[in-house]
Amino acid sequence: MSGRRWSRDDMARRVGADLADGAVVNLGIGLPTLVANHLPAGREIVLHSENGVIGMGPAPAAGAEDYDLINAGKQPVTLLPGAAFFHHADSFAMMRGGHLDVCVLGAFQVSAGGDLANWHTGAPDAIPAVGGAMDLAIGAKKTWVMMEQVTKSGEHRIVERCTYPLTGVGCVSRIYTDLAVIDVMPAGLVVREIVDGLGLDELQRLTGAPLHPKESSS
Amino acid sequence: MIQKECPTLAAAVADVPDGATIMVGGFGTAGLPNELVGALLAQGASGLTVVNNNAGNGESGLAALIAARRVRKVICSFPRQADSHHFDRLYRQGGIELELVPQGNLAERIRAAGAGIGGFFTPTGYGTELARGKETREIDGRKYVLESPIHADYAFIKAERGDRWGNLTYRMTARNFGPVMAMAAKTTVATVHEMVELGELDPEAVVTPGLYVQRVVRIDRVATGGGGFAGAAAPAPATARSAA
Repeated sequence: MSGRRWSRDDMARRVGADLADGAVVNLGIGLPTLVANHLPAGREIVLHSENGVIGMGPAPAAGAEDYDLINAGKQPVTLLPGAAFFHHADSFAMMRGGHLDVCVLGAFQVSAGGDLANWHTGAPDAIPAVGGAMDLAIGAKKTWVMMEQVTKSGEHRIVERCTYPLTGVGCVSRIYTDLAVIDVMPAGLVVREIVDGLGLDELQRLTGAPLHPKESSS
Repeated sequence: MIQKECPTLAAAVADVPDGATIMVGGFGTAGLPNELVGALLAQGASGLTVVNNNAGNGESGLAALIAARRVRKVICSFPRQADSHHFDRLYRQGGIELELVPQGNLAERIRAAGAGIGGFFTPTGYGTELARGKETREIDGRKYVLESPIHADYAFIKAERGDRWGNLTYRMTARNFGPVMAMAAKTTVATVHEMVELGELDPEAVVTPGLYVQRVVRIDRVATGGGGFAGAAAPAPATARSAA
């Protein structure tokens, strides 16, 4: 499969390349956090974290961690010049109020209509925990998802209808996987980009909802 | 004369009755008022409802209060963590009630209580199982869920500097829920690492004006878990020493 599959860093680089100069971005816990290491040079991209900070810089050097300065993943961070702090209600107002340009989230499943399932597997013995997932899903101007095309056991993650409990309805606009970049459009799923050496028919077999090729003119 | 400074942690929590609803600030280890929660554990109140983002970490603070069976119900967004074993065990036994609230709704419900709002329509959670049974409405083409305010008898918060009127500043992301919880409780108790004379806090920089705060207790600074201050230990319950 290697050579026909983007690594996690490749995926993060691919997402980073789509972030515009000046974008205000929230990176979800897990895979999306990697995007912070792959922001394109020469662009000012402002990172927001829902626990009350905007303008985060890279991780601190070993020994310089200060656990009063953390991100939503509870990892120590640093500040860039221009950073600001605010309380939780303001932080979620930024999100819910549509002031963030992009939120990048991990997912269990995304439906053809852009429904997102990323907070709970629905397993009866699991203790439910939602955190900011539902607020993040519907808040930013654009919600992008980063996930593997299929699960470890080969099940589709892109599906007609989510079988896991929903995080948000119709909220995802783009999906970055290890095999493709797929836009969620009113007419359905449109393949924007596909990993070298993989055909659309092969990608379709790994996808639980119909894919449409990108119009060559667009 | 207004004097909100309280001499000891024990005095600051002495009147908390059984069955009280208590907001506990903090996100991660930043801003966790573990000293106040430790004092409450020693005070003995039980049958409590606790509002916090999480449901306790490790062995200290809220986790210790839960382990001691003092908490009847937790209202939070993210109970399940690597080190939330006391909550996990009681929850699986049916020994503790959980109201799970999306984090932004939690913050806004707390803010609404403090701001005198009777309820609000939010898009967060619409179409999910956390909105089940709640009133919904379409407003200008967008779908919303009606959420209600969360009031509390007490709020325990950790701030950085304070004065005898109860004005507060915070330290970096330790601010988190402090300002909104201070608004939403009948009695807000804040710890600070430094008490200053009235007028020393720059009015432009006061984050929580004193009218939201009833008691201020000065405590020694202990590095928030993981370090950051000279002499700090590796990740550990940040404040267990002074809470004990």
